[in-house]
Amino acid sequence: MYAFTYHKPTSARQAATLLAKKEDAKLLAGGHTLLPTMKQRLASPAAIVDLGACADLKGITLKGRNIVIGAMTTHAEVAASAEVQAAIPALAYLASHIGDPHVRHRGTIGGSVANNDPAADYPAALLALGATVITNKRKLTAEEFFTGLYETALEEGEIITKVSFPLVSKAGYAKFRNPASRYAMVGVFVAKRGSDVRVAVTGAGEGGVFRWPEAETALKVRFSPKSLDGFKHGSKGINGDIHADPEYRAHLIGVMTRQAVAQATGK
Amino acid sequence: MVDVLKAVPLRITTDAASDPRSLRRFEDERFLTGKGRYQDDEQAVDALHGAVLRSPHAHAAILSIDITAALEIPGVRAVYTAADLPDLDGLPCSLVDKLPGPFFVPHRPPLAEERVRHVGDPVAFVVADNAEAARTACEAIVVDYDILPAVTDLEAAAAEDAPKIWPQADRNEALRYRLGDPGAVEDVMRRAAHVVTCRVVNNRIVAAALEPRSAIGRFDPGRGSYELSLSGASVHDIRRELATVLCVPPDRISVRTPDVGGGFGMKNVTYPEYALLLVAAERLGRPVRWVADRMDEFTSGAHARDNLTVGRLALDEKGRFLALAVETIANLGAYVSSLGPGSATTAPTPAMGGLYDIPVMSMDVRCVFTNTAPIDAYRGAGKPEANYLIERLADEAAHRLGIDAAKLRKRNFIRRFPYRKPFGAVIDGGDFAGNLDRLLVLADRPGFRRRKALSRRSGKLRGFGLACFLETSRGGPDEDAWLTMRPDGGVDMAVGTQSNGQGHETSFAQVLSEQFRLPVEAFRLVQGDTALVPTGGGHGGARSLHMGGGALVLAAQAMIEAAKPAAAQLLQAEPEVVSFADGQFRVSAKPGAAREVGLAAVARHVADTTGRALASHGAHRAAPITFPNGAQMAEVEIDPETGAVDLLRYVAVDDYGRLINPLLTEAQLHGGLAQGIGQALMEEARYDPESGQILSATFMDYAVPRAMDLPFFDITMAEVPTAANPLGVKGVGQAGCIGAPQVVIAAILDALRPLGVTHVDMPATPQRVWHAMRQAQDKPASETRP
Repeated sequence: MYAFTYHKPTSARQAATLLAKKEDAKLLAGGHTLLPTMKQRLASPAAIVDLGACADLKGITLKGRNIVIGAMTTHAEVAASAEVQAAIPALAYLASHIGDPHVRHRGTIGGSVANNDPAADYPAALLALGATVITNKRKLTAEEFFTGLYETALEEGEIITKVSFPLVSKAGYAKFRNPASRYAMVGVFVAKRGSDVRVAVTGAGEGGVFRWPEAETALKVRFSPKSLDGFKHGSKGINGDIHADPEYRAHLIGVMTRQAVAQATGK
Repeated sequence: MVDVLKAVPLRITTDAASDPRSLRRFEDERFLTGKGRYQDDEQAVDALHGAVLRSPHAHAAILSIDITAALEIPGVRAVYTAADLPDLDGLPCSLVDKLPGPFFVPHRPPLAEERVRHVGDPVAFVVADNAEAARTACEAIVVDYDILPAVTDLEAAAAEDAPKIWPQADRNEALRYRLGDPGAVEDVMRRAAHVVTCRVVNNRIVAAALEPRSAIGRFDPGRGSYELSLSGASVHDIRRELATVLCVPPDRISVRTPDVGGGFGMKNVTYPEYALLLVAAERLGRPVRWVADRMDEFTSGAHARDNLTVGRLALDEKGRFLALAVETIANLGAYVSSLGPGSATTAPTPAMGGLYDIPVMSMDVRCVFTNTAPIDAYRGAGKPEANYLIERLADEAAHRLGIDAAKLRKRNFIRRFPYRKPFGAVIDGGDFAGNLDRLLVLADRPGFRRRKALSRRSGKLRGFGLACFLETSRGGPDEDAWLTMRPDGGVDMAVGTQSNGQGHETSFAQVLSEQFRLPVEAFRLVQGDTALVPTGGGHGGARSLHMGGGALVLAAQAMIEAAKPAAAQLLQAEPEVVSFADGQFRVSAKPGAAREVGLAAVARHVADTTGRALASHGAHRAAPITFPNGAQMAEVEIDPETGAVDLLRYVAVDDYGRLINPLLTEAQLHGGLAQGIGQALMEEARYDPESGQILSATFMDYAVPRAMDLPFFDITMAEVPTAANPLGVKGVGQAGCIGAPQVVIAAILDALRPLGVTHVDMPATPQRVWHAMRQAQDKPASETRP
């Protein structure tokens, strides 16, 4: 690890000031990607702005028809939240299955979303639920926010403060873990709100999280796993590695989508 | 021997914890409370830090190395390349004169000279005031490489047009190892009613010990001696090998090791870094320390297995095994590591054919070089390969002939002892059929049908697999033990075998406690230090209790004899009438009040009268190998949609001879089973065939089993003693790794056979199982066997 300066602001505003002032500064949320990358000397920020003490970035509230989660809320807190469990149980389920207990008690929703790891779980939830990413500067829809592999619409000096999830009538999440890393090799989040259905796939796409319009159309007709019988995702644009070639991964998208719908419909 | 077997009834230990022999390990408290002392915990005042620059290429010529910028990094003391180390010899292969026929062992300098031959090959060694500076300096070294074509796959390496890794090795062949009479085998094959063939891959794996390699090198200029403190498992062997690298007599080097966080074989051998640390310490006049990071371990620690075998088994019309032909290509990696070729040649030889009576066998092994990390011994070393092959063949034969897999095995078990196998190993005893019978009862085979139906109801395919194994725990080399009575009445026991987590501080104390009738707490283990233990064969081959424990018993007997004259003095009797029993020396056959004196009092008397502690030496010489064995079963559930395999049950009925501590025996088995199951289901070190880059260089891509991947193991132990050592024990250290792979694969194939799947290679990952199901589906019905 290279040397860096360390800063621990106590509010998002202070953090933003530091981020603007310090050359080549990086935000530290849960640190699960940044710290290993720094240890391997693949990243060498000159300054680290640790968001851990920013109380205004934490917490879960139900605001009207939305669940609003502070960026520094840990996966464990989301998983254990009575509000989330009551409002969008699939979201609590997703959070309760990220990594292992150590990861869930350090990792944060803001960190996960900002990193946009193609195998992370949260991006699928944001995209399928039609969430809004709220930063210190603006509001972005999930579609606007996730722009590519490890890429987001975040600009210099911009800090995610909250993620707002509109309530849905039905939702489910299913993932198939990578045998080694146990990240999502394929994860599918399905959500139904009124007549709208969204299917978001993580872990599989060459460009990160994506929607599966054909499945959405079929599920809009009838929201049931049966609607997807014989449905196959093509292997074009799908990742391949030693654990899953594109053909197998594409197949898993179909399987996980059916499982997610089954979970959403209680079947 | 047969009489011994009859005299001791089989006993089944179903609950190890309730057995009074099952002491919990004395080591546990320190290991579990963070008080273990591992190599990198060692405080070394004034120590400098070493870091290794490794090759990023699989195969390349080194055109130039520029270290100018590296030397300018603050804190850097030295940067060494091969040019700076002309006095060092290459790393030796300890098997060089132990294998028949021509055997090419290439020069393996500690730092690459003109070429790099695998990703991770050491190129330069930096020594600095701190680890960060050393790493930074590594990044500042500029190496100009001319990239050459690489080959990582063993079949590709053996091909005519393969890139050549060593000009002297035609078709990259280092060694060809042939045993048996292939002509006789072929004769039998021609006339046999059936011949079944299997082509099996034994996947490349890494040890992935919890503690990475680590060491501190020191040099004493006054005495001209080197000292290496390391996380290693065979200090005497490493000393001997280092002596050849440094070109100094072994007595100028001492090697010691503190607690070791797992070795599994890969820490038995010498690595380039050890020599570099000692030379740097000598030249810089300071201790030099180094700890491998995880990527160092994945790219430059010894890998294991990696071979491809075609086996053919001839049977008569009743299913009796007639002949076995084995043809193997084994990957050695880019160099010949210390014991590297052993795992494909001498190590599997005694185990070949498993626990079956096969009259004739032949073996033909080609060891080839590839642009990969060197291969060396890993838990089981060759025995997993031999057993996997014969057990897969037995299953294939059972299926082909329509004979029940257990019945076919029973029909072919070795039953008369001593039994001489075609390659010469002599098995002294065992109850192979008895173990299998017990297994079938414990496995509740009749209930499988119901369980399968239940699985089917939830959309899962259930499979039942059983298989056997024959471990051949080696005896050699000789082992010695030295006992010394301490003034406090305790006993120091120095042994040349070595624990790296097995629990010898406890089990060896139990051995001596039984001999002396002293409390187990009285015994203190001295191991892993060439300065304190004169000789030793170290860790490996599941031989510690067999050889080291045997030497301890001999040393105990020697101590009792040595103490008798002193005891006689105290008892005012002639030594001939003094006997030792229950911890007391007694005058026997003497009328009147019994006179007795304890060992501690005698030891004090010896010390008082001679000025020396009571001490003894036990020499365990030329001990034969022991033959642990067992029958094991597993049940799996497979998700036909994803190919994911869920291991639900694992039952073992095993024979490790007489047990000293059933709890420790079972614990050893647990670890071995986890690693064997890991090899069968998920572990695989992979290289990109084009670039030669390693694709599994971190735990993000190299899968190791976790607790949630494993069921509770249901283990029964049948104690059939052996006469191979004074304790009647057989080795358990490797057995789990040797037994598990064929059991798991058999269960998977049982689940998949209804779909037409007849073969799946290890590791049976979800992707591989799914593709196997798919391919079977796509096959026309005529091609799928019933």
